[in-house]
Amino acid sequence: MPTNILICGVGGQGIVLTSKLIAATAMAHNIPVKSAETIGMAQKGGSVFSFLRVGEGAFCPMFAEGTADIIIAFEPAEAVRMLPFLKDGGQIIVNTHPIMPVTAALSGSAYTGAEMLEYLGRQVNDLILVDGEKACAEIGSPRALNMIMLGAAVRSGVLPFDIAAIEETMKATVKPQFIEMNSKALHYGE
Amino acid sequence: MYKEFLMGNAAIARGAIAAGLNVVSGYPGTPSTEVLETAAKCNKGGLYVEWSVNEKAALELAAGAAYSGARTMVTMKQVGLNVASDPLMSLAYIGVKGGMVVLVADDPGPISSQTEQDTRTFAAYSKLPCFDPSTVQEAYDMIQQAFELSEKYHTPVLFRPTTRVCHGYASIEVKDENECKKNEPEGFVRDPSKWVIFPRLSFRAHAEIEKRNRALSELLSDSGLNPVETGSGKLHDCTNLFVPGSCNRAGIAAHGISYTYVKEALAALGCDVPLFKVGTPFPFPEKAAVEFLHCCDEVLCIEELDPVIERGLTYVCGKFAIETTIRGKLTGNIPESGENTIASVTKAIAEYLGVEVPEKAVREEPPALPVRPPVLCAGCPHRASFYAVKTAMKGKKSVFCGDIGCYTLGNAMPLDMVDTCLCMGAGVNITQGIGKIEPDTACFAFVGDSTFFASAITGVVNAVYNQADMTLVVLDNSTTAMTGHQPHPGTGRTMMGQVVDKISIENVLRGIGVKTVETVNPLDLKAAVECVKRVAAEKGVKAIIFKSPCAVLIKSGKPAFIDPAKCKDCKRCIKELGCPGIVIRDGRPAIENALCTGCGLCSQVCPFDAIGGDKNAD
Ligand code: SF4
Ligand code: SF4
Repeated sequence: MPTNILICGVGGQGIVLTSKLIAATAMAHNIPVKSAETIGMAQKGGSVFSFLRVGEGAFCPMFAEGTADIIIAFEPAEAVRMLPFLKDGGQIIVNTHPIMPVTAALSGSAYTGAEMLEYLGRQVNDLILVDGEKACAEIGSPRALNMIMLGAAVRSGVLPFDIAAIEETMKATVKPQFIEMNSKALHYGE
Repeated sequence: MYKEFLMGNAAIARGAIAAGLNVVSGYPGTPSTEVLETAAKCNKGGLYVEWSVNEKAALELAAGAAYSGARTMVTMKQVGLNVASDPLMSLAYIGVKGGMVVLVADDPGPISSQTEQDTRTFAAYSKLPCFDPSTVQEAYDMIQQAFELSEKYHTPVLFRPTTRVCHGYASIEVKDENECKKNEPEGFVRDPSKWVIFPRLSFRAHAEIEKRNRALSELLSDSGLNPVETGSGKLHDCTNLFVPGSCNRAGIAAHGISYTYVKEALAALGCDVPLFKVGTPFPFPEKAAVEFLHCCDEVLCIEELDPVIERGLTYVCGKFAIETTIRGKLTGNIPESGENTIASVTKAIAEYLGVEVPEKAVREEPPALPVRPPVLCAGCPHRASFYAVKTAMKGKKSVFCGDIGCYTLGNAMPLDMVDTCLCMGAGVNITQGIGKIEPDTACFAFVGDSTFFASAITGVVNAVYNQADMTLVVLDNSTTAMTGHQPHPGTGRTMMGQVVDKISIENVLRGIGVKTVETVNPLDLKAAVECVKRVAAEKGVKAIIFKSPCAVLIKSGKPAFIDPAKCKDCKRCIKELGCPGIVIRDGRPAIENALCTGCGLCSQVCPFDAIGGDKNAD
């Protein structure tokens, strides 16, 4: 059975890159991998997700509801939106910083993300909260979010490889001047 | 052979290159765009790649090259095939010398298209062989077979993945460079009896096409492209004794991505029934179908878009007097429109076989989720253009015809500036038509630069010639933004990396005979509004070109800032523009620095001069 990973968030948060990094790491370890992600119009500020299946036995790049081993959510409401995909006893790693949709500004409704986190707290036993905003500030770059989330996910032990393996792929993918920042982000909170 | 992690569209491009591709042309359109882009990226110099002005031009170019012995591919989305259908219908009669694959990506849902048309149905109509891959690996392998078949039978063939195959990724086996085929085109050999279409030739070709398709149906049945998986033993032993609630010998037929959904569903349900996978829907593999039908009392067809397999099997049942019940879309077992999902397929199969769907965790009702509809980007010049026209025409009876591109999103609140949208370039003559019936209405047609070149020019010729009264608004952001920023005739770049003369939209319009053509920067709101007022007041066909580059392509300026001392909380900036760069923080409008490009539009809208950082001001 493959490990089913769902990464979700809002367009522009680096979801696709995170997914690519996991896939590349799997490839480097000779583990078969399939994935599927949002492309096109929905990327413009819309909900974005990426399905990843690492290991033998996947027919389809997507997986069914109730079968994700882990959800890596870059935004609280997006975690709730994708919750139906989580399997019983599955794990969620969620960035606590909310992203306001344009429509919220227009209608004047104040979405804060807090109600989403409370809901997740009641529904999911294995819930890991990451204060992405604080972490990015400490690391000194708003672009560190995806590595911070990925680091937290790998440490949780659900993914079939360790930080060192991810770090190696990261080093081979990003520009040399960003390696240090990304390494720091991967190890954030250790 | 080695392993690589590829997107479906990339696998198609790589497969085509492995088949000795010489020429690839196309017009961008989701979900097909990355095929040509990948081919261009992998071009080692031997390949001619072009983004053509539209699908018709792309197909004609590829036909000419294929007449000359080249292996060619044309890429487009399903609605693009409508544009290319004129040459393609005739090309089916003429045929080709080098292998030619017409790649048409279908979009069940539809996720980013105007229609849910099915290229498999178009294949039957045009009588062209059609391939329908299910996985990324299969797309890579199948396109090579498509080239072989095309060249062997001297006919263009259709290759039609759907969105989920195009945009799925997988680690697949690809050929090493030395395993790839090299094709050396012979060149064009003059032979008017072959290359010039005349009624007599078409009559003869028609008969030959029908004969060929009958032979292909047989050949494709045995090709391995339309396998029957028996699960429990060999088909001919007919050990299919699954005992469900209603029928005892159940089978399933599927295609494309739905085939993988069926595999997932059967695994989840713990069921094992014969599964017919139709990889070449046209010519329908009748022989393979007969063998499959003989071992089933009942078959459920799981398809997206048209019930092609369902109709095919029903026909085969009648033709060969087979008493198998065929179910699917036509019998209400599968939804008639939209995409399938693993969940929908699992449910349909469970109902069909009379088994239980495994229970899912029951969870408390979630809180209301924020909706995130797609919107124009922060700093998008289209927002400014729409707003300028809206402001200039306030209180006047007007109609705003839109077109296909990012700017279709101008329909969203609060802009609400798109009254019609049909297909590429249609807005121009729709505007003309509305104007004929409502002469007292100020008629506007909005068209993007890429769409202008693709299919609006003839529309403008028509409007000018027939004395229309309308304002053409060209939203020129110097790119094809919607599909990921492809070059076009107005950008001065080609897909071969050449820097060429830009074709000027203004000169084109003047050449056609549009006398008033004004170019203005939409981000200069005052000038833009005045320009619209001036031009709209004139008679005849006149044009405004709003020229400002796509916000994604230029470096952002300093973000705007809202002076809390001056801001009176009227929220006009938010209510008028709906830019994602302005949010409400602690009940007051605030700039989201990560998104704001500093375009300066909001500062020109604020009645209290509270927004600074206007880059046009300094
Ligand atoms: S300057 Fe104003 S309108 Fe322009 S991107 Fe920033 S917030 Fe949006
Ligand atoms: S991609 Fe460019 S044209 Fe499209 S909405 Fe964004 S800024 Fe506007």
